[in-house]
Amino acid sequence: MNPKEETRLLEQALGEITARAKEYGLDFYDMYFEICPADIIYTFGAYGMPTRFSHWTFGKSYHKMKTQYDYNLGRIYEMVINSNPCYAFLLEGNTLIQNKLVMAHVLGHCDFFKNNAYFKNTSRDMVESMAVAAERFRNYGFKYGHPRVESFIDAVIAIQEHVEPRVRVKKKKYKDQHQKNNCRAAIPETPYDDLWLLDEKPEYDCDNCQQSKRFPEEPEKDLMLFMIQHSKELEDWQRDIMSVVRHEMLYFWPQMETKIMNEGWATYWHLRIMREIELDEAEALEFAKMHSGIIQTSRARLNPYHLGLKIFEDIEKRWDNPSQEERERLGRPGGEGRDKIFEVRAEENDISFLRNYLTKELIDELDLYLFKKTGYDWKISDKEWEKVRDGIVSSLTNCGYPFVLVQDGDFNKRGELYLKHNYEGTELDVNYLEKTLPHVYTLWGRPSHLETVLDNKPVLFSYNGEKVSKKFL
Amino acid sequence: MPGSNFIISREDWSLHRKGEMDRQRHREKVREAIKKNLADIVSEESIIMHDGRKIVKVPIRSLHEYHFRFDFGKQKHAGQGQGDSKQGDVIYSDPQQGQGKNKGAGEEPGVDYYEADITVDEIAEMIFEDLGLPNLEQKKKPEMASESLEFKDVRKKGISSNIDRKRTIMEAVKRSAVKGDTEPLVITPEDLRFKTWEITYKYESNAVVLAMMDTSGSMGPFEKYIARSFFFWMVRFLRTKYNNVHIVFLAHHTDAKETTEEEFFTKGASGGTRCSSVYKLALEVIEKRYSPSDYNIYAFHFSDGDNLASDNENCVQAINALLQVCNMVGYGEIEGPYYYTSTLRTAFKRVQNHKFTCVTIKDKSGVYPALKKFFAQPPGQASK
Repeated sequence: MNPKEETRLLEQALGEITARAKEYGLDFYDMYFEICPADIIYTFGAYGMPTRFSHWTFGKSYHKMKTQYDYNLGRIYEMVINSNPCYAFLLEGNTLIQNKLVMAHVLGHCDFFKNNAYFKNTSRDMVESMAVAAERFRNYGFKYGHPRVESFIDAVIAIQEHVEPRVRVKKKKYKDQHQKNNCRAAIPETPYDDLWLLDEKPEYDCDNCQQSKRFPEEPEKDLMLFMIQHSKELEDWQRDIMSVVRHEMLYFWPQMETKIMNEGWATYWHLRIMREIELDEAEALEFAKMHSGIIQTSRARLNPYHLGLKIFEDIEKRWDNPSQEERERLGRPGGEGRDKIFEVRAEENDISFLRNYLTKELIDELDLYLFKKTGYDWKISDKEWEKVRDGIVSSLTNCGYPFVLVQDGDFNKRGELYLKHNYEGTELDVNYLEKTLPHVYTLWGRPSHLETVLDNKPVLFSYNGEKVSKKFL
Repeated sequence: MPGSNFIISREDWSLHRKGEMDRQRHREKVREAIKKNLADIVSEESIIMHDGRKIVKVPIRSLHEYHFRFDFGKQKHAGQGQGDSKQGDVIYSDPQQGQGKNKGAGEEPGVDYYEADITVDEIAEMIFEDLGLPNLEQKKKPEMASESLEFKDVRKKGISSNIDRKRTIMEAVKRSAVKGDTEPLVITPEDLRFKTWEITYKYESNAVVLAMMDTSGSMGPFEKYIARSFFFWMVRFLRTKYNNVHIVFLAHHTDAKETTEEEFFTKGASGGTRCSSVYKLALEVIEKRYSPSDYNIYAFHFSDGDNLASDNENCVQAINALLQVCNMVGYGEIEGPYYYTSTLRTAFKRVQNHKFTCVTIKDKSGVYPALKKFFAQPPGQASK
């Protein structure tokens, strides 16, 4: 089939799919589909975005993904970007039916991007801003030397996940403290409030506030922002790189924290939409094959497509046909399944989604378990449903990254950086930790420390510019 | 109304090279990492014992993207069964030391190792970059030039037995693609490509390596492996410089004899050590088979240094005799786990000749520095 004819058929199919999706109540942006060759799709997959800056780590993951594709071990059918209009990339060589499924799936993602609360503050023109930043980075390379820029980016991405995605949440505790102490710091409500105070002497007179010489005042989760604001080591171009990487992380964060829901939602809808579309026998078979590939489960990991789909279907079922008890005690009239799942997709993220809707029955039905390493073997350790649910939830906390706080930016009164890992029962990878601290040092310019727990004892790792040392506290 | 519009488009992506460029940069970094780890890689078992396979897997340690992360082995992970899972079921087992080394990636989650696929030749090239052949001497006999044919060129005309089938098909594919043909491929006369040879002149030069090793009771498998790694690279290196490299294996305890390669590295003997015996045998071999006027001779001897004290004087004399006829003579002492003061190395301190090199190797990573020391000077430059 020649490309023109193929495009015509695709457009026809897309018209039909879009109409069905709208009937179902999906709400998405205008769509821009682009058909790309494999190496381009895999490039986008590796970078997360077609226009992102250039770095060898992306080359590494591109190489990995491309090799898998070349050896027929894995295949990305599509790639969709949270933007308005919504960009989606289809793999050249997909069959028509594969592309139909993919387009239906993509509409599900786009509806999710547009309507889920966690995406409210994501920038919808990231494609453009990433392109602009990439160009700036390239110019920094010419100006300051490519090796220098590259190794600086190495250091930045070593701590890139330490951001605070809940930027909108005010630090209430800190303010309350000042208010209680009647301190000026608490008064300004708008940027103009100080107009009323022009005649008055500023009074930073509360003992508590005067004594509070802690820096930062409150432990700070956003290590990236803290570095950008307070590191004395950084030049302007370096601050720019850090701040770009931070913004890109904040942009990707909601996608990481809704992976199960987002994939489940898209899978739920491609299934529903495709059922409505006329398929001949061969197409139906191909569709079934592809769909079952997508929801294939694994003994060693969770499949977000499958898990998310099952939870959404279960919610729909339970709100459509509530039990007697649910009708009486929770006042569920029944028949609200569809409305309920739309509400869930708007309000939850993976953690609350699993905590609220991964029920005992579902865990038993799906045969979920936790496993851990004993000797050389990885054995099932927990089957009890609450433990399994909580285990999964805790592995998703902070998108699976250790929770690290800036405890002190002037440790020992020598401008040293003191980080603290919030230990919750899982130890850090010591080898990685010892290799990451030097990167922190590069950015901070002064000795850097990280407190964590090993063998139930608090321990402090330090890097002084020459070597890493470790001492139990 | 938003969501009502859509576009399906196809662009020309052929100039989009970012992924490829960063992949290239990554590859460069892998090579840098390999170079930094050469000391470990030189004695990597998968290379020394690589039984002719072209590509070997080399573990690379320094190419991780470090960040703060949990210890994977101490975390609990979630999985999904087929409906019949029980507590205590084994999901999978980690490969234990020494077996199942080349398991496919992706089977076990989270194992973040990086193995580079690389040819032995690429590694050799990196190792040899810093090595030189010292003490090259003009051989008395003029070097013989020989003609040899090499297929290097591709032309449009030629004899049909020399058709380059791959290129011919490529041409046909290209031509029909340009025309936009959908018909089955037809090969026309213009598509034909022929391999063509060129005559090159090669200068015959020969080298012989006299691999000597102490096989007395105190030399265990580890010591032999070290020697084996060393000779492996030594022979490979000499092959880059000479057309023809012979290798003669001479094993000894109190007596010396010539052995096969197999025996040399595997068979052990017991008893005492008399190193002079092997030097004398080497001199005999040179006299009978490898005239110094025709051959560049490299003699290297491995021992643990535990030589019969009364023999040391003979050794020094024999080494001096060898130095008369060899380009280089080396002595490598492998320090075993036991502590003793070597008698032989002390005796060799008296040998004052720039062609003689003495190295000590403690562990596997010592092979590379030993190679570097032995082949240290750039060609043509005499040592101090």
